Amino acid sequence: MGDAGVDGARVGAFLTLMVEVARRSFRRASHYRLATAAGVFVNTVFGYLRASVLVFVAASSGGMVRGLSGSDLATYAFMSQGLIMVVGVFGDTELSDRIRTGDVVVDLYRPVDLQMWWLATWIGKAAFQAAARGIPPVVLGAIAFDLTWPDHWWLWLVFVVSVVLASVVGFTVRFCSALATFWLLDSRGIDQMVTFTVGFFAGMLLPLTLFPQWLETVARALPFASMVQLPIDIYLGTASGSEIVWTLAQQAGWCVALLGLGRVMMASATRKVVVQGG
Amino acid sequence: MSDQPAITLSDIGKTYVVRTKAGALRRHRNEVKAVDGVSFAVEAGEMVGYLGPNGAGKSTTIKMITGILTPTSGRLRVLGLKPVAQRRMLAKHIGVVFGQRSQLWWDLPLIDSFDLLHHVYATEPGRHKHNVAEFIDRLDLGEFLTTPVRQLSLGQRMRGELTAALLHDPELVVLDEPTIGLDVVSKHAVRTFLQDVNAQRGTTVLLTTHDLDDVEQLCKRMLIIDHGRVLLDQSVADFKKEHGTRRTLVVEFEHVVDPVQLAHATVARCEGPQQWLSFDRSVTTAAALISELAELHAIRDLSIDEPEIEDLVRGLYKS
Repeated sequence: MGDAGVDGARVGAFLTLMVEVARRSFRRASHYRLATAAGVFVNTVFGYLRASVLVFVAASSGGMVRGLSGSDLATYAFMSQGLIMVVGVFGDTELSDRIRTGDVVVDLYRPVDLQMWWLATWIGKAAFQAAARGIPPVVLGAIAFDLTWPDHWWLWLVFVVSVVLASVVGFTVRFCSALATFWLLDSRGIDQMVTFTVGFFAGMLLPLTLFPQWLETVARALPFASMVQLPIDIYLGTASGSEIVWTLAQQAGWCVALLGLGRVMMASATRKVVVQGG
Repeated sequence: MSDQPAITLSDIGKTYVVRTKAGALRRHRNEVKAVDGVSFAVEAGEMVGYLGPNGAGKSTTIKMITGILTPTSGRLRVLGLKPVAQRRMLAKHIGVVFGQRSQLWWDLPLIDSFDLLHHVYATEPGRHKHNVAEFIDRLDLGEFLTTPVRQLSLGQRMRGELTAALLHDPELVVLDEPTIGLDVVSKHAVRTFLQDVNAQRGTTVLLTTHDLDDVEQLCKRMLIIDHGRVLLDQSVADFKKEHGTRRTLVVEFEHVVDPVQLAHATVARCEGPQQWLSFDRSVTTAAALISELAELHAIRDLSIDEPEIEDLVRGLYKS
C-alpha cells in the first residue's frame, strides 16, 4: 500500500478524473450560448455605467483618487465586471439545489470525494466563463475608455495565477454556504446574504481602495477581497514587488483555510445525513 | 467472498427522531421506527424483489444497505463490508438506480456520462469499451446516445441510468422503483435487461417495487415489508400459489345485461354494461372465461386487473 508506484498511479488517476470532470463542465457551460451573449451584454453595460461614474469621481478630485487615475478606475470597473462569473460573485445554486431536492444522495454513491468533484466542476465552468464572459467586457470597454494594461508580460502570468486562486476562493465560499442547506433546508436566504457580502467586501460595488481607511482594512482582512480586489491589484500594478508575493500568499492561504472549513462542514453534513436520513 | 451471502441483515432497526413543536419553546420528541428488527440474507447471484406499500420502510432499508444511512441497531454486511464505515469502498462494487433520481449529467449526452464513469470507477479501458458497446446494443441506446439527457423520454433516460449503474461491473445492483412511470414497452426492456445481467454476469439484484409484475417476471424470491417489519419472505412461485391467484376480469358488454352466471367466476361488481368477474387462476384461466362470455353476450372491451400490493398486504394481515 505504501508503495510509491501505487500511490503515484492513484494520484494520476485522481488528477485525470478531475480534468475529465472539469472538461465536461466546461462543455456544459458552453451549451448556453444565448445566455452567454446576454450576460456579456449586461456585464458590459454595467461596466460602462460603473466606469463612467468612477472616471467622473477621479476627474472631480483632480485626476487621481487614492493613487488611482481615471483610467485605472475604468480598468477596475471592466476587470471586475469580467471577473463576476469567473469567481462566482452571484454564486451557483446547482449544489444547494441538489441538497434541497435530495439528489445529492446520488453524489454520495460515487467513490469520489464530493468536495473535489464539485471543485473540478466549478473550475471547468470558470474556465469557460473566463473566456466567454471575462475577456469581452474588457475588450468592449477599451473601445470607449482609455484602459490601463500590465507593465510587464510576466504580470499577465501572475494575474492568471491570481484569478485561478480567486476562483477557488469563490468556490469555497459557495461550497460552505451550499452545505448550510443541510441544516437550513432552504438556501435562498443564505445565498442572498452571501451574494450581498461578496458584492460589498470583494470590491464589486466600489474598489476597496475607495472605502474609508478603516473599512478598507476590515475588507482586506476578509477572504472576499481575494476574489476581486486582489487580482486587480496585481493587474493594475498597485501591488508590486514583494507585495505581489504577499497577495498571492494571502489568496492561497484563504484557499487552504476555506477548503479545510468546507471539509469539516462536509464531514458533519454527511454524518447528519447518514444518521438522521437527511 | 462468494461463499458468504451478498447481503446480510441481522435484526436491523432504524429509528428516526422527529421533533414537533409544542408551544413556544417546548418540543415533543417522537421516535419513529422506520425499520423494526429486519433480518434476511441475499445470496450472491440471487434476484430478490423487495415490496411494500408507501412508507413501509423499503427506501430506509435500501439506504442502509448502500451505506448512506446508519442502522440504529443490528448487524449489517454487504459484500463483506460495513456499508457506512466503508461507503466509498462499497461504492466501487455496487450499482444503484433510483427511479426518481438521476446520476446522469442533465445537459450532456449519455455517452459523455458513460465516458466519465470510466474515470470515476477507474475501470480497465478494454472492459469499459466492451461494456459500453454491449449495453448500447442490448438497450438500444444507439439513436439517442448523443442527445442531451434533458431531452430524453423517461424510458430512454431509465435505460441510460441502468447502463450507468452497471458499467463498472458491480457485484450487486440495488434498484429503487426502476420501472416507476414507464410505459409497457420500456418496462419490458428494463426487465429483460435485468434478467440478462443477472443470468449472464451473475450480478446480485435487489429491487424495490410497487409493481407485482416486476417481481413475478424477474424474481424467484420476494420479501414483503410493512410498518418496518418483514411480513413475508418466500419464493415467488409459492407466493403465487398461496396468495396471488385471484384476478379480476373486467368485461364491457355491447348492451346492459344481467350479472352473468359462470361456474368458476363470481360477479363482484356490476355497473351499466360493465361487470367485474373475480376468478381463481389456479382453477380457471382468463382465456377460458372469455370464450364462455363470448358465447353468452357480445363483448366490447376486456381487461384484467392485477392485484395491487396494498391489497396483498391487507390479505396477509387477514390470513
